[in-house]
Amino acid sequence: MTTLDPAKLERNHHQDDHHVASGHEDHPDYRLLGIIVFLVAEGMIFLGLFTAYFAFRTVAPTWPPEGTPKLELLLPGINTVILIGSSFVIHNADTAIKKNDVRGLRLWFGVTAAMGAVFLAGQLYEYFHLEFGLTKNIFASTFYVLTGFHGLHVCFGLILIMAVLWRSLKPNHYNSKDHFGVEAAEIYWHFVDVIWVILFLLLYII
Amino acid sequence: MTQAAQIQEEANQLAHGNKPGNWKEYFSFSTDHKVIGIQYLVTTFFFYLIGGVLATLVRTELATPESDFVSREVYNSLFTVHATVMIFLWIVPGATGGFGNYLIPLMIGARDMAFPRLNALAFWIIPPTGLMLMSSFLVGAPGAGWTNYPPLSLVSPKAGEMIWILSILLLGTSSILAAVNFIVTIFKMRVPGMGLNQMPLFCWSMLATSFLALIATPVLAGAMILLSFDVLIGTAFFNPTGGGDPIIYQHLFWFYSHPAVYIMILPIFGMISEIVSVHSRKPIFGYKAIAYSSIAICGLGLIVWAHHMFTSGTPPWLRMFFMITTMVISVPTGIKIFSWLATLWGGKLDMSSALLFAMGFICLFVIGGISGVMTASVPFDIHVHDTYFVVAHLHYVLFGGSVFGLYGGFYHWFPKITGRMMSEAWGKAHFWLTFIGFNLAFMPMHKLGMEGMNRRVAEYDPKFATLNLICTIGAYLLAVSTIPFIVNATWSWLRGKPAGDNPWRALTLEWMTTSPPPVENFEADPVLATGPYDYGMGSRATEVDVPFSEADDPTLSAGPSSTLRAKPDPVVAANPSDRGDESYNRE
Repeated sequence: MTTLDPAKLERNHHQDDHHVASGHEDHPDYRLLGIIVFLVAEGMIFLGLFTAYFAFRTVAPTWPPEGTPKLELLLPGINTVILIGSSFVIHNADTAIKKNDVRGLRLWFGVTAAMGAVFLAGQLYEYFHLEFGLTKNIFASTFYVLTGFHGLHVCFGLILIMAVLWRSLKPNHYNSKDHFGVEAAEIYWHFVDVIWVILFLLLYII
Repeated sequence: MTQAAQIQEEANQLAHGNKPGNWKEYFSFSTDHKVIGIQYLVTTFFFYLIGGVLATLVRTELATPESDFVSREVYNSLFTVHATVMIFLWIVPGATGGFGNYLIPLMIGARDMAFPRLNALAFWIIPPTGLMLMSSFLVGAPGAGWTNYPPLSLVSPKAGEMIWILSILLLGTSSILAAVNFIVTIFKMRVPGMGLNQMPLFCWSMLATSFLALIATPVLAGAMILLSFDVLIGTAFFNPTGGGDPIIYQHLFWFYSHPAVYIMILPIFGMISEIVSVHSRKPIFGYKAIAYSSIAICGLGLIVWAHHMFTSGTPPWLRMFFMITTMVISVPTGIKIFSWLATLWGGKLDMSSALLFAMGFICLFVIGGISGVMTASVPFDIHVHDTYFVVAHLHYVLFGGSVFGLYGGFYHWFPKITGRMMSEAWGKAHFWLTFIGFNLAFMPMHKLGMEGMNRRVAEYDPKFATLNLICTIGAYLLAVSTIPFIVNATWSWLRGKPAGDNPWRALTLEWMTTSPPPVENFEADPVLATGPYDYGMGSRATEVDVPFSEADDPTLSAGPSSTLRAKPDPVVAANPSDRGDESYNRE
């Protein structure tokens, strides 16, 4: 009698709100939280690879090892600006769909997809014009593996964006209330963007 | 009859009808967490048997000092695949995927996991990957040990290496997906009124396990990606001749693989907490201490990995750091051990097979834990590194610990899963065969290691022959010991005595529905009329809850389990303000 916690009682009283659910997956939508938790794991892969890069760098007598051609900064610099910019662009799509503006959603997702494609094209252009191959030395190997692994994530982000665009063609598939796909693609895109910034600083600047 | 169990059962409406579908469902892409849990348990037990056959072959080779049973290369593959199967295809998926999937939604009163389809996906990665790993014996199985250190792994046959790497990547993905699911489920889908501190302890340990899997497994994936480039394309990440460093592989590998030890033992800790409390009819001693020590192990477990590398040129100051953190992690572990002992102390032990295995677990895990503290100290570790002492230690924690716990879990939850009891006589035979066989097989290895017998070699100095023969006999006994279990489980599943809904008179929510539970688990959302471990809490609740001024009121002075109100009207019990004193008397 003496140990009742009002806050908990309050919560118990609300339990009836949940009773209506009957289906297998009928509960509030936790998919966004799931995506965020999953991105923690994704982040840890990159953290592992970044740490490995730092370790190789610490162990090596000179860094980059002798005979490594200097990296060109202009193209990756432009690429970085494009990718960071795309994070702001994609956010407009989120704002648009929250106002039920599907056309705005399509427009901004389309622009983001184009910017992502330009980034990937720039990345490939850089690969083909670098003077070192994958197995030239430890710097070259880490460079290709890190940027390549990130590039794969950009590809996957593009696929997500295209999927959202495809689904947005169905009338009322996304609306101001229900737009998980939009948010998931956006969060993923921001993640890919943040990883790139770290990667760029690690490989090109420091 | 326990009052608390009666209160809890009467507050909950039993589900009825709606029995699970036919056997074909167990071979389908079912999204029911219970079907997936059983799929995990049966599949991983199958792989356990395969791993056991490999172990028996290894011990057969070691029965004599000469390499006379299989070739050295085959011997290398045998112990490599044995370890990989046991860790990645039995204990990790069996404990987290199997018991975790089956029990977590039931325990927290949910209808299913948060992401049922993801759950099914995580399971269906496992069987094909396991078969792929087995198929590596056709093309030259990996033989560089389950640690697969370069440069050894770089000079092994490429096909087997790549199969191993791919298996680890896929099984790791499955483990991460399961972890995402568990974290969201436990945080978001608890029945209203169940705060974190009202969860059964198994949920706490699964939460800690899932965080470890989520954080550590991706780093292993990173190492595997780099290693596959080294194996396939000839980069030099881990090859010193090209500017790489094999030590970095070891760091990345153990950053996962030491937490993996806790991924394998934390769920078992949770299961032991359930079993010990139920079968000794006592409230768990130190609920919060056990719950929070799981979280402490999760945190500390991430910063002890380099104790596997004391002989790998780790600088002395770093060794010092990892020695201290490793010893510190034995504190939360010890808290759990003492809490279980205190729970058992003075309890009404029913000596069922489940409790026997739980107590066997405590004995053997303490031995493994103590040899763990020994190997944590740098000078001793340098002496026994890569000897049979380490083999003894790891089998005491992984077999004596995890596998005994898994067996205990099978005996404890079998009635819930199948609706039938297992035979106690066969269960006891199984326990004693396992316990004796285990100690016979692994106890002598401590001495072998101290005397300098190296692990992972097919032949050894003849002076070690006697002890090795004893180990091999023990291993055969261990192989035989699975027979009574398989017979018991199969027979009981088909013909066992019907179990009823709550054969152990337990309080946690998985027992508050039919056995086996229907598809959506509960008829209505279950309610918590008691805490998860309030066995015989009547007297204690009196001390805690009754205002001194009202000690004469018989309803109050007997506490929540007073016979005067042992049958709360369900309508009243469902109303929190009337059953609140029973729900929250833990605080």
